[in-house]
Amino acid sequence: MTPELLPATEGGPGEAPADDNGALGRRMAGWGVSLFQALLPIILGMIAAAIVLLILGKNPIAFYADMFGRGLFNWEGLQDSIIRMSPLLLMAAGLIIAFTANIWNIGGDGQFLMGAAMVAGLGPALMESTPQWVAIILLIIVAFLVGGVWTIVPAYLKAKYTINEIITSLMMSFVGINLANLLIKGPFRSDETTVPQTFVIPYEKLLPDIPGTRIHVGVILAFVVVLIVHYAMTRTSFGMRLRVMGANPKAAVHSGISVFWFTIIGFFLSGALIATGAATEILGVWGYVRADWNPNWGLTLFALVFLARLNALATIPIVFFFAIITIGGHFACREVDLPDDFILVFVGFILLFMALTEYLTTGRIFRRMPGDLIAIRASQRRGAGDE
Amino acid sequence: MSDVLTVEFFSSLLTGAILAGMPLLFAGLGETISERAGVLNIGLEGMMLFGGYVGFVAALYTDSSAVGFLAAIAAGMVVALFMLVFCVRLGLDQIVIGIAILVIFEGVTSIAQRAQFGTTYPRLDRVPDIKIPLLDRIPVVGDSLFTQPLIVYLGLGLCVVVWWVLKHTNVGLSLKAAGEKPAALDASGVSVIATRSWAVLITGGLAGLGGGYMAIVGAGIFVPFMTHGAGFIAIVIAMLARGKAAWVIAGAFIFGIAVSFSTALQITGVSVPIDLVNMLPFVAVMVALILFARQSVLPAALATPYKRGTL
Repeated sequence: MTPELLPATEGGPGEAPADDNGALGRRMAGWGVSLFQALLPIILGMIAAAIVLLILGKNPIAFYADMFGRGLFNWEGLQDSIIRMSPLLLMAAGLIIAFTANIWNIGGDGQFLMGAAMVAGLGPALMESTPQWVAIILLIIVAFLVGGVWTIVPAYLKAKYTINEIITSLMMSFVGINLANLLIKGPFRSDETTVPQTFVIPYEKLLPDIPGTRIHVGVILAFVVVLIVHYAMTRTSFGMRLRVMGANPKAAVHSGISVFWFTIIGFFLSGALIATGAATEILGVWGYVRADWNPNWGLTLFALVFLARLNALATIPIVFFFAIITIGGHFACREVDLPDDFILVFVGFILLFMALTEYLTTGRIFRRMPGDLIAIRASQRRGAGDE
Repeated sequence: MSDVLTVEFFSSLLTGAILAGMPLLFAGLGETISERAGVLNIGLEGMMLFGGYVGFVAALYTDSSAVGFLAAIAAGMVVALFMLVFCVRLGLDQIVIGIAILVIFEGVTSIAQRAQFGTTYPRLDRVPDIKIPLLDRIPVVGDSLFTQPLIVYLGLGLCVVVWWVLKHTNVGLSLKAAGEKPAALDASGVSVIATRSWAVLITGGLAGLGGGYMAIVGAGIFVPFMTHGAGFIAIVIAMLARGKAAWVIAGAFIFGIAVSFSTALQITGVSVPIDLVNMLPFVAVMVALILFARQSVLPAALATPYKRGTL
């Protein structure tokens, strides 16, 4: 907000600084609302999950101490959380492209596992025959293409016959999850293990670490991709066209955008980035895939990205938090002898409260809101007016 | 092929189709009602899982499958209350809330099962079959189609009731209006919110019953995540059936056959990888969607919360 743009009637020069302070204050209030909006669902989700823990006879305080102690306030655990961000960020980037174009790609898990199976299946042999970097780049390209190809049928059905892609991409996801298992138990199966899994890429041939840490360079790739996607979606004509199509397909047709091709391309890129996330996870952490391995991140990320309002930058802290929950929660669940599925309950509650917080702060039905929330909404509106 | 296509093969194919088809039928019927009313129930699978778990526990402790089924219906309705409050009353995003419900109840049933039974999986007694006199003597289909637990006949009867209500009553008309043009329903003096509310509750009850059938009749045990995507297949069936109960029956049993096909093959000695078995129904859905692509029509106001003056 520049002083030159202030209307002359707002007062003499003496009052200008005060007004600036007011703007700053309002902006601070805007940030405060954002922070409140981000933290409230997490706190409410923790309280709800704590009640479940109490019912199960576990100590919630010890559980959360374990979770954050392991996932955030511990150098080893923090590194694990940051490493976990690599596949999650790439998946989020893929989902953002799809959602921007109003494509509901809900089949992320199938695209992810197909990418993982192909990388782990082809990786070991490729690593032996080609130099490490060539192999890594080839494998990432393979994952990119496999993930993209896996979206073509839903994309075509949507573009040509307007068939709801929520259903088709989900069906393809289930097919992909099972096909990945078939591949791992069949052609890609290692004969060195009793449990079905692929051959292992030797540790020294995996993605190198950032010096001084255990964090592999795939994390950097993920951050770069998120920034590129953010730039592409907000500052390029390509992103603009996707957004126009997403907001109003009819308007897109009238402005000369090929809805058919943009649907195909948007869907393809979305699946491709999700599978690239799988490539960084396999090439950076595991080196192989076990049969029936399915981290199941797709659906949860789907909702989280949606609640970040498709803003790629805003997903970074949300993804970081989700990474802490998956890393620290896994540890905390083992400590109190709970199945890992408790994390699902926790994440589900957070989703529920995120949606609820969004509703209360941007409130669609004014009179039902408690008094202080109305005040927050009003201050947020003023804050928005400053932009 | 001649040694594969035996009487046992067809008999087990039909039995399996009913076993796998009934949960899809109940859940698909429920989803039909809620989609007609304009509520997309992505959390259907969560309702099925919770219904399956509660129904199983009730049947285990009371030694009565009937109590189990009633408990399953109640449990599904409890989950549906989340949809009712958050999506119908408050108008929050149906897909986000649906996913939240799904993951919460996937987790809740898994930890509850573990907390209660540890790593053991107690088994229920087989639910007694009721033979329909005379019809059960027909070769091949007699042993499979007409020798079933009571709940199967009740379920088919329920379909007829739903079909009749949707097609021939004011209630059915209100449902359709709530999904197609809520403002028109509102203007005619029927509350959109109330219509959608009870539609969602009935959906929950039916999905819970589907899950209960899966655990009590189908498997006889409860295993976490046992629905294996059945809730999503039910959503597809409902979408393809376009609100017609008869098509829901047809869809449910076609997918039931897809599921039981490989099991039936195994009985005749052909071994099929389990992943292929699990994959078949989804491939079948994709094929169905590609073949009948243009026929899937959804209600105009599906997944749109209703607020007076917006539509």
